[in-house]
Amino acid sequence: MDVEQTALPGIGLRHEFTTQSGKRVGVVSHRTGRRDLVIYDREDPDRVCETVKLNDEEAEALVELLGAPRIVQRLNQLHEQVAGLVSLQLPIPPGSPYVGRPMGDARVRTRTNASIVAVVRAGQVFASPGPDFVFAGNDTVVVVGSADSTAEVADILAHG
Amino acid sequence: MHHTAIIFLEFGAVLVALGVLGALALRVGISPIPLYLLAGLAFGTGGILPLATSEEFISVGAEIGVVLLLLTLGLEYNADELVTSLKSNARAGIVDLVLNAAPGAICALLLGWGPVAAVAMAGVTYATSSGITAKVLSDLGWVGNRETPTVLSLLVFEDLTMAIYLPVLTAMLAGLSLASGAVTVAIALATVSVVLLVALKFGRFIEAFVSSPNNEVLLLKVVGLALLVAGIAQQLQVSAAVGAFLVGIALSGQLAHDALALLEPLRDLFAAVFFVFFGLQTDPTKIGPVAGLAALLAVISMITKLLTGAFAARRAGIAKAGQARAGIALIPRGEFNIVIAGLAVAAGVHPDLGPLAAAYVLILAAFGPLAAKLVQPLITSIAKRTG
Repeated sequence: MDVEQTALPGIGLRHEFTTQSGKRVGVVSHRTGRRDLVIYDREDPDRVCETVKLNDEEAEALVELLGAPRIVQRLNQLHEQVAGLVSLQLPIPPGSPYVGRPMGDARVRTRTNASIVAVVRAGQVFASPGPDFVFAGNDTVVVVGSADSTAEVADILAHG
Repeated sequence: MHHTAIIFLEFGAVLVALGVLGALALRVGISPIPLYLLAGLAFGTGGILPLATSEEFISVGAEIGVVLLLLTLGLEYNADELVTSLKSNARAGIVDLVLNAAPGAICALLLGWGPVAAVAMAGVTYATSSGITAKVLSDLGWVGNRETPTVLSLLVFEDLTMAIYLPVLTAMLAGLSLASGAVTVAIALATVSVVLLVALKFGRFIEAFVSSPNNEVLLLKVVGLALLVAGIAQQLQVSAAVGAFLVGIALSGQLAHDALALLEPLRDLFAAVFFVFFGLQTDPTKIGPVAGLAALLAVISMITKLLTGAFAARRAGIAKAGQARAGIALIPRGEFNIVIAGLAVAAGVHPDLGPLAAAYVLILAAFGPLAAKLVQPLITSIAKRTG
C-alpha cells in the first residue's frame, strides 16, 4: 500500500491512498490542527465527493478506533510467526522513575535483550520510538522478547 | 463641529456601511471586496455621499491595510514552500505570467497609455486573488481535490513574482531613469534573495526575537517589525508591500500561525479601509465609459486563466474535469490587483486606469466565486459522461 503525501502551500498537507476495493481516501491536515477526512469520487477521481471535518478530539477518537485493533492484530501475527516470542503491553505508572525521561535512560535492550516496538499514548501509536523518545505517565509500552526478558522490562519500567 | 468629531462620524459611518455590506456579501455567498469598492465609489468624489474630512485618515489606514494584507499573506507561507514551489512549478508559473499579463499590457498599449501603464495593467490582469481563491476552495469543498496543490502552487508563484514585480513597477512609476531604475530593481532582487536566505537558514533567530507567550507583546513586535521593514523598503524604492511580505515569509511555524490568528481581525479592518480608499480615489462617473472595456478584459482574462489552470493541471496528471476546476479557481481577482492599480493611480499614470481597474476587479471578484459555484455541477456531469 502506498500513501502519497502532497504539500498544500498555505494550508498544510494531504495524504491519500487507494483501498483494495478501489476507493481513494485522503486526509487533509490543516495547520490550524483541523483534519479533513476526504473520500474521492469514483467517476472523477480528482474530486472530493465527501469531506468530514474533524477537530483534534474527533480525529483522535477516530485514530483510536482505527489504530488500536491493528497493532494488537500485528502483534498476534508476530506471535504466530515466531515461537517463544512474547509481546506485552506494559503501562508506565504515573509513579515510574522514567516519567518525563527519554527512553534511552532505561537502557531496556542492554539490560534485558527485549525491544520496545511501540508506545501508545492517548490512542496514538508511536511505532519504533527512538532512544530520545520521552515517556509520559500512563503511556503503554509494547515490548517484544522472550517471556523472561519482557517480565524484566515490566520491573524496570515500574521501579527503575 | 469639532474636527475629531467629524472624523469619527464619517469613519464610523463608513465602517458601519462596510459591516452591513459584508453581511450582505455573506448572505449572497460572494467576496465582500467588490462591495467595499462600491462603497468607496459612493463615498468618493462624484459619489452620492462624498466624505470631506476623514479622507487623509482613511488614506493612512489604507496604507496600513496594504502592509497587513501582505504581511498575513507572507505568514501563510514558509520559505521552504516557496522554494519547492519555484522549483517544481516554474513552467506553469511562466505560462501563467505570460498568458495573464498579456491582456492588460496589450489593452494599455492599444489605448496608447504608454509602457509604464502597460506594466501596471499587466499586473492588474495577472494576479489571482489568493484570498478569494482560498475561500472558494474551502467553500466548495475543493481543498482535498487532487488539482488543488497545482492551484495553490501557482498562487505561491504569483505572490513571489509580485515580490519582484512590485519594486520594478514602483521604480517605473517614480519615473526613474533606466540606470537608477536598474539599481532599484537590483536592490529589490537582492533584498528578496537575502530575506529568503535568512528565512531558510536563520529563521529561528528572528522567531526567537519576535516570539512571546504574551499575545499583546507578540502583536506589537510583529506589526512593529512589519511596519519598520515596510518603511525601509519604501525608502529604498522597493515598495512597502514587498517589505511586509518578506517579514511574513521570514516567520514560520507555530509562531506564524499564532501571529496570523492575532492579526486577522486587524487585517480585515484595515484591508476593508484600503478597498474603500481605492473606491474613494475613483470617480464613479468615469466608470461608465470604460465599463464595456473592463467587461471585455474580464472575459479575455477569464479565458486565459482557464487555459493556465488546464495547462498546469494537465502537467500534474489531472483529468479534464479537474483541469477545468483548476482554471475556474484561478479566475477571481482582488486585493493585489487593487494594490497595483492603487500604486499606478497614486503616481497619476493615466486618468482612466483607476476606473478601468476598479470595474475589472468588481466584475472578477464578484463573478469568479459565482462562476465556480454555477459551473461545479456542469463539470461533474461532464466528467461522469466522459469518465
